[in-house]
Amino acid sequence: MLEIKNLVVQIEDKRILNGLNLTVNKGEVAAIMGPNGSGKSTLSYVIAGKEDYEVLDGEILLNGENLLEMEPDQRAAAGVFLAFQYPLEIPGVASMTFLKATLNAQRKARGEDELTTPDFIKRVNAAATQLEIPKDMLKRALNVGFSGGEKKRMEILQMALLQPSFCILDETDSGLDIDALRIVSEGVNALRSPDRAFLVITHYQRLLNHIVPDTVHVMHAGRIVKTGGKELALELEANGYADYRETEAA
Amino acid sequence: MPIIGKLRLLDMADVTLMKTPAETALAQAFESAKTTLPGDVESRSQAFEQFNSRGLPHRRVEEFKYTDLRAMMREIAPFAGVPAADEAKAALASAKALAGVEALQVPFVNGHFMRDAVDFHNLPENVEIVPLAEALASGHDWLAKLSPVKWASDNPVYQLNTSFMADGVMIRIAGPVETPVHLRFVTAAASAVATATRILVVVEEGASVTLFETHESTDGANHQPNDVIEMIAGDRTNVQHVRVNAEGDKALALSTLAAKIGGEALFNSINVVAGSSTSRHQVFALLDGENTNLRVNGATMLKGTQHADSTLVVEHGAPHCESRELFKTVIDNEATGVFQGKIIVPHHAQKTDGRMMSAALLLEEGGSMNNKPELEIFADDVQCAHGATCGQLDEDLLFYLMARGLPKKEAESLLVQAFLGEALEFVENETVREALVGAVEGWLKARS
Repeated sequence: MLEIKNLVVQIEDKRILNGLNLTVNKGEVAAIMGPNGSGKSTLSYVIAGKEDYEVLDGEILLNGENLLEMEPDQRAAAGVFLAFQYPLEIPGVASMTFLKATLNAQRKARGEDELTTPDFIKRVNAAATQLEIPKDMLKRALNVGFSGGEKKRMEILQMALLQPSFCILDETDSGLDIDALRIVSEGVNALRSPDRAFLVITHYQRLLNHIVPDTVHVMHAGRIVKTGGKELALELEANGYADYRETEAA
Repeated sequence: MPIIGKLRLLDMADVTLMKTPAETALAQAFESAKTTLPGDVESRSQAFEQFNSRGLPHRRVEEFKYTDLRAMMREIAPFAGVPAADEAKAALASAKALAGVEALQVPFVNGHFMRDAVDFHNLPENVEIVPLAEALASGHDWLAKLSPVKWASDNPVYQLNTSFMADGVMIRIAGPVETPVHLRFVTAAASAVATATRILVVVEEGASVTLFETHESTDGANHQPNDVIEMIAGDRTNVQHVRVNAEGDKALALSTLAAKIGGEALFNSINVVAGSSTSRHQVFALLDGENTNLRVNGATMLKGTQHADSTLVVEHGAPHCESRELFKTVIDNEATGVFQGKIIVPHHAQKTDGRMMSAALLLEEGGSMNNKPELEIFADDVQCAHGATCGQLDEDLLFYLMARGLPKKEAESLLVQAFLGEALEFVENETVREALVGAVEGWLKARS
């Protein structure tokens, strides 16, 4: 599904990704773990298409299509979804208005008809109920005055509504209490399907107790340095990232 | 350097003596108009003398620093005559601004009141309307109520209006009025004309009214409307005022709102600018009683080389009043926005609470915005604040919206709508608010 080959990325002359290779298969949940500054968030932004980054080499293929040649909105229509680490507040845009605009924009880009309002509301309500999002929250401006947990739940609501084929969760567990973590994880698990892949970026193993990955990759200095099964996350939790730092020093 | 200083001095001396062709034309126009226009020649002459002694305001006059009328008004368009009946009818039938909004229509074509379009025998309860041309000719009692705010009387644009005002209406609101009153101004002349209209609205103690004011004119002609609306709102009144500038693309539109507001009153006014090549809207508000709440907003959309000026003076003439001013300007291409706002708090106006904000959004490199917020505070127990911002669309917000599937232009439009929406959300009448939001959407669509 997603294939990243020899990706080299810099921002303001600072090299962040150094020949990164990664493959995520259809239906797979892949976790990326790594210390601060290893390039995890950069990877998520580059896949989604943020402008600030300069791609010097490599390619990112989603189902054989080169994402690097597409604008962020085209990538979204192709199935990419990034759940932001820090979801942005948009004063003056009601959450419902935002949801409807994004959903219809993607449908339009894919040549599908716009949803009727009752159909749209039905879908939003179903997703909101599962994520325990109260209806009055949907009437408020997007993310404005939302708590950290509410913002993350709103991200997963968008994911549920947009039904992307490739989902990136960028430190979705940060700032979540235990209950919120459970709600968000259940929301994500409900979306797991043989046709959909996930890239779960996290510092901690805790999230992976709830969203159990098929594979775990360790990222360090802009590269994947080790790949294993879910037990690798436990190993990291016990030993930390020190081993990988030493490898680099040596 | 000293030589340059001297030259400047000479230049300034010349300026007061020498008239520009436009000023000469105005003087000639006044000479012939003063005898044909209705009413007292003396008061018109006095206003024109006041104007003429200083001439068209220019950049060295502080209040006109960013809108140099001497440079902008090179020629004076002839004042429009009364339109033929069928021409007026056609003009009103094709008027678009706030069309479909239920209201009592008080229409003007080419600056002349269309009295036949108003059923004077079936006006809504508590509404009385007197045509200004007739009132001027007969020396109506209410004329004494004109010019309630001195900030306006001292202003050259207002003085020009007083000199040339040809028509208008005086409206008395004697109690609560359910039906909004829509003052609809349409200039349909194919070639450039000047108009000078004056509206007086007297809202008596405890009364309430919603006023819509729309101004539209033909594209391609250098029309020069100069309209003034004056309001005297008594104690415990509620006035909701929505003004829309949808003038043609070559118009130079000057306008003034002068309001004297009593105690325990609510007064909301918003000016939405989408038209004109050059416009200046002046608001002079005097809070004349305690515990009054004033809101003056502006939402301006500019593109091409348009120039729009919002100038505001709010005088807290009594203690315990609250005023909120919020002006939002969106500037595309090489357009220019101006905001000049001043809140004045004299010694006795303790416990004043005033907040003024101007925010501009520049969509491209070439645009410019001039912000000049001022506070003049002489009382010592007040809360006043002003702010001015000028910026571009937030790149991170744009990315967030695009990452959710919105194409760039749509993402930009959504953010611009949200930006202007803040100024529009105080419009109480839902149909009108939606129409204004629709105008914003239309403007944005025309952009992409």
